[in-house]
Amino acid sequence: MADVTLGSAHAVRPLAPAAVTLVRPSLASPRVPRFRIPRLARRFAGPVLVIAVWQALCDAHVFTAFELASPLAVIDAGRQLRADGTLQAAMLVSLERVAAGLAIGVVAGVALAVVTGLFWAGEDLLDPVLQAARAVPVLGLLPLVIIWLGVGELPKVFLVALAVIFPVYLNTHAGIRGVDMKLVEAGQTFGLNRWGLVRRVILPGALPGFLVGLRFALVGCWAIIVVAEEINAQSGLGYLIMQAQTTNRTDIMCLCLAIYAVLGIVADAIVRLLERYLLAWRRGFKGA
Amino acid sequence: MAAVTATGVRRAFPGREVLSGLDLSLDEGEFVALLGRSGTGKSTLLRIFSGLDPAYEGEVLVAERRAVVFQEPRLIPWQRVLPNVSLGLAPRPAGGRDALRRLSLDALAEVGLGDHARAWPVTLSGGEAQRVALARALVREPQLMLLDEPFGALDALTRARMHVLLQDLCARHQPAVLLVTHDIDEAISLADRVLVLAGGSITFAAPVALGRPRDPGDPGFTALRSRLRAELGMPAAPEITPIYTGSRHKNGSPNRTPAFPAGRYRPGSRPPPDR
Repeated sequence: MADVTLGSAHAVRPLAPAAVTLVRPSLASPRVPRFRIPRLARRFAGPVLVIAVWQALCDAHVFTAFELASPLAVIDAGRQLRADGTLQAAMLVSLERVAAGLAIGVVAGVALAVVTGLFWAGEDLLDPVLQAARAVPVLGLLPLVIIWLGVGELPKVFLVALAVIFPVYLNTHAGIRGVDMKLVEAGQTFGLNRWGLVRRVILPGALPGFLVGLRFALVGCWAIIVVAEEINAQSGLGYLIMQAQTTNRTDIMCLCLAIYAVLGIVADAIVRLLERYLLAWRRGFKGA
Repeated sequence: MAAVTATGVRRAFPGREVLSGLDLSLDEGEFVALLGRSGTGKSTLLRIFSGLDPAYEGEVLVAERRAVVFQEPRLIPWQRVLPNVSLGLAPRPAGGRDALRRLSLDALAEVGLGDHARAWPVTLSGGEAQRVALARALVREPQLMLLDEPFGALDALTRARMHVLLQDLCARHQPAVLLVTHDIDEAISLADRVLVLAGGSITFAAPVALGRPRDPGDPGFTALRSRLRAELGMPAAPEITPIYTGSRHKNGSPNRTPAFPAGRYRPGSRPPPDR
């Protein structure tokens, strides 16, 4: 049917020579590179602008120091707290808690993902439990955690670990299950045993997923540590914020929040570096 | 000595039986090409021989040292080319790391990629990646090579080069080869024996009694080609059926020739537009 139509279309349309106007190959909206600002400068422009507006608003007395300290006041508070060692001590304590919780959470999350990812029995047994546990807000556990673990270091580390386990577990598990079956088969035909497959094919294949989970976890663990330290702590950045609240020191509050932000960015940058190195195969990166 | 003996092989998937009592044997060092239309179970048979599909019935014996080359190279993307080749030597051979490295480098050099040992698989072209896959198969000195349309995804020029390379490698290493392919000319130019798989068993088998290298224009070649086309249910010659005569189909003509893609028409076969 279609064939016939096609044939008759050929038959009726005369092939008249058309006049062709020749032009230079250009676009109606040309992209002419004019003055180029370096990428790094462009990336920094936004945050710098926010801080400048913030300072201007404080200088214009839109906010009083009681409501919101100016950026300069925040820097000043940072100098003072650094001079008497309070800031370093608080940061160190918070970092230690996060590092300990992160280490435990990552190991546990990966271990669970390997068990559920490699064994159907593991998945059937553990995954429903983990999915249910994931739905429980970590902070909702706070009263129970205090009863179980008291008010020392342990509950804080525990809460951080809990916040880390789930993103790491979920993404690593998805990574393992997402490994191309064709690669596994190729490995099998060349005589790789189960452990060889896990080591050479499955775990490296799950690495991109794991790193995504790690980035989520790094954001999550800082969110948890602030809250954990604002309740029943005697040290750490969160404790510093709580103290500042009793004395209405908005400069110290803002300082701690800024430190959290910077630590978050640094942690993310570290993971991105890690990705650059570990996932070099994705774009044929030859190594730095 | 045989490299493969299979008798009464059956394999059913839910709803249909793909292999129904297939018999096949390969001699040591013999190159056999297996032709068949899509879905006739060629790949299923290869998966059974490679050990990937244990759910078959019947008696299957295959050489212990086997290697598989798939249609896609299936290189491990997060390992460089050299460790990908070494994978062919799993489990580790005697002689440890040094032997592993040396054997892999040799195999890589043999397929002409000696200088790509440290490249990432993503940076290779399709033909290069498939040569690495060949090196990975060869490095284990297989007694049986199972090739599942290994050149199907390559362009014609690269495919022709791969044919030469494969013949070279086979002459040197003398494995028994079972090549699954859609390409009749490929089968005739490479194989010692060609088989046709249809309806779940081997329906045609013929030795290729032609000297090498083989010329596709040789009368023996064309005769076998015509025969295989018939066995596969294709028209005897690439019959030119211009689409303009499509009315024939409408009129209920018994001609079942499917419309060929545009690329199959010779320019001259096109009727003038004013017809």
